[in-house]
Amino acid sequence: MSAGERADTLPSTAPHRPRWVETLVLLARSPMAVASGLVLTAVVAAALLAGRISPHDPVEPSVDDRLQAPSGEHWFGTDELGRDVFSRVLAGAEVSLRVGAVAVGISLAAGVLIGLLAGYYRRWVDDVLMRVMDVVFAFPALLMAIAVLAILGRGSTNAMIAIGIVYTPIFARITRASVLSVREEVYVRAARSAGAGDVRIVARHVLPNVTAPIIVQTSVSLAFAILSEAALSFVGLGTQPPDPSWGRMLSEGRGFLEQAWWMAVFPGAAIFLTVLAFNVLGDVLRDVLDPRQRAAMKGTAKGSGG
Amino acid sequence: MNGEALVRTTGLRVHFPLPPPGPLRSSPGAVRAVDGVDLEIRRGETLGLVGESGCGKSTLGSALVRLVEPTEGTIEFDGSDVTAMPRRELRALRRRTAMIFQDPFASLDPRRTVGETIAEPLAIHRLHRGRSRRRARVGELMELVGLAPDHRNRYPHEFSGGQRQRVGIARALAGEPDFVVCDEPIASLDVSVQAQVVNLLVRLQREMGLTYLFVSHDLAAVRQVADRVAVMYLGRVVEVGDGVAVGEMPGHPYTEALVSAVPVPVPERERSRERIVLQGDIPSPTHPPSGCRFRTRCPQVFEPCADHDPVLQSLGGRHGGPAEQSAACHLHGVTG
Repeated sequence: MSAGERADTLPSTAPHRPRWVETLVLLARSPMAVASGLVLTAVVAAALLAGRISPHDPVEPSVDDRLQAPSGEHWFGTDELGRDVFSRVLAGAEVSLRVGAVAVGISLAAGVLIGLLAGYYRRWVDDVLMRVMDVVFAFPALLMAIAVLAILGRGSTNAMIAIGIVYTPIFARITRASVLSVREEVYVRAARSAGAGDVRIVARHVLPNVTAPIIVQTSVSLAFAILSEAALSFVGLGTQPPDPSWGRMLSEGRGFLEQAWWMAVFPGAAIFLTVLAFNVLGDVLRDVLDPRQRAAMKGTAKGSGG
Repeated sequence: MNGEALVRTTGLRVHFPLPPPGPLRSSPGAVRAVDGVDLEIRRGETLGLVGESGCGKSTLGSALVRLVEPTEGTIEFDGSDVTAMPRRELRALRRRTAMIFQDPFASLDPRRTVGETIAEPLAIHRLHRGRSRRRARVGELMELVGLAPDHRNRYPHEFSGGQRQRVGIARALAGEPDFVVCDEPIASLDVSVQAQVVNLLVRLQREMGLTYLFVSHDLAAVRQVADRVAVMYLGRVVEVGDGVAVGEMPGHPYTEALVSAVPVPVPERERSRERIVLQGDIPSPTHPPSGCRFRTRCPQVFEPCADHDPVLQSLGGRHGGPAEQSAACHLHGVTG
């Protein structure tokens, strides 16, 4: 055995930029990510600035102007009480986004934590936590949310909590499933043999390696949460009149589809675009955050073979 | 090399319990992966551990670094019993022991840069504290194993198998261990890279005074690096001794079969090489045979084999040499 023992060297590259800068650069290079980023920026801006930029009062009825078609004065037309649909869509952005973000935030935090504990510790922790999740999951989503609201009382804050609870089992399940496979990986054994404790292993090795399905689920759930809020508001348990939310506007507009299509179409389009943007961004983000995909996206295939 | 023992196992057993009996299984058994091993690894030596797949050699290695819990028996490390060690002391022990894994593609976290991976033992054991000091130490370790320190921010998928194994070695050495279990460290590498990695391991042992347990199914590779060799079969050590003695004059029929399977790099001798081909498969480790575990496949089986479980007995210099060697076989006198 006279072979030299020094490893063949990789070509040297420019000094590395901080990882988050690189992440942004890669996102900026994807047209899909840029497009969905623009849509979401617009929605967030609308939510934040609704009070200042909306041309009319979104809540005050104006009987003389009711059911007017879109025009220069009322860009998206008016509803059956004469309220400006454009102003209401702007104001609804805030409600829908907040409900989506808070509800998904709740189910993400609770579900991922439960999934990590159940998948990592197995045994009775797994049994107890996942059976509770099964019970929650066994009810139809909306029925469960209605039941929770019946206990907590109506209103958009409670609607967020209810939706958050309803979607928790989905996050718990996908997290647990990924944790089950990752915890058996050799690199987890390697960390343990080096003396890493459970907290370090879960936080540094398991969690980062189960993010891909969670990111996708988050973007899908944001969409579902916005729709769920719409449904809850429709039956009168979510956002209370006269506050606008996209879901409420959609359900109110349903009754006037033949006379005033604009009442349902514009809030519907807003939901559609926002949901689509979340999904696309989630997809791109999942790829960008994976070091292996990342290399491919950088277009510099390096170091293989030998 | 006749140093003191750094690691010693006594009656070590690692059993993996099977699921409780159901309609199709009458008795709740256990896979007896390691089933009564007395072994001594001396300070500064390389003990080669060979045996075919499923004989328990990797489980034994994992047990020595406490990756699996022993079911029975004791493991002594540097004079103290580590089998029932409290958590805090176990962490200290883990700095002194390390493991190099077989598959360099699976043993590195794909989400962490190699620098982060190598620095992990430092972070766990609070060594070389401070950003710049830790950075310097990682660079040092990378150089030590023949990697360029400016590759620290790369991810494992950017490296070749041999380079990844070097990262794994650097990680193992980060805490300056005394004892390293090398679990088939070259088995999944390209042949051209195997020699490089072996040479690296040998050099590091010399420079750092390491003690190795070198687990492998490849007797030829083990003979290259090991001072002493232990042969495992179905959860037991059947022969242990000086590497040359075990390789040239096997004391156990199983070792003999293993030795006969190694090709000889001399064509005339290779042509006349007599191979002992073992019949049948390795028996189930759930229900090992009575008496000698090797008797179901042994070409030299005779009466006592079924009834008596042979124990390791010294063959001390039986061929005139000073070499130490023991085997667990009734051919050298019925025991057990």
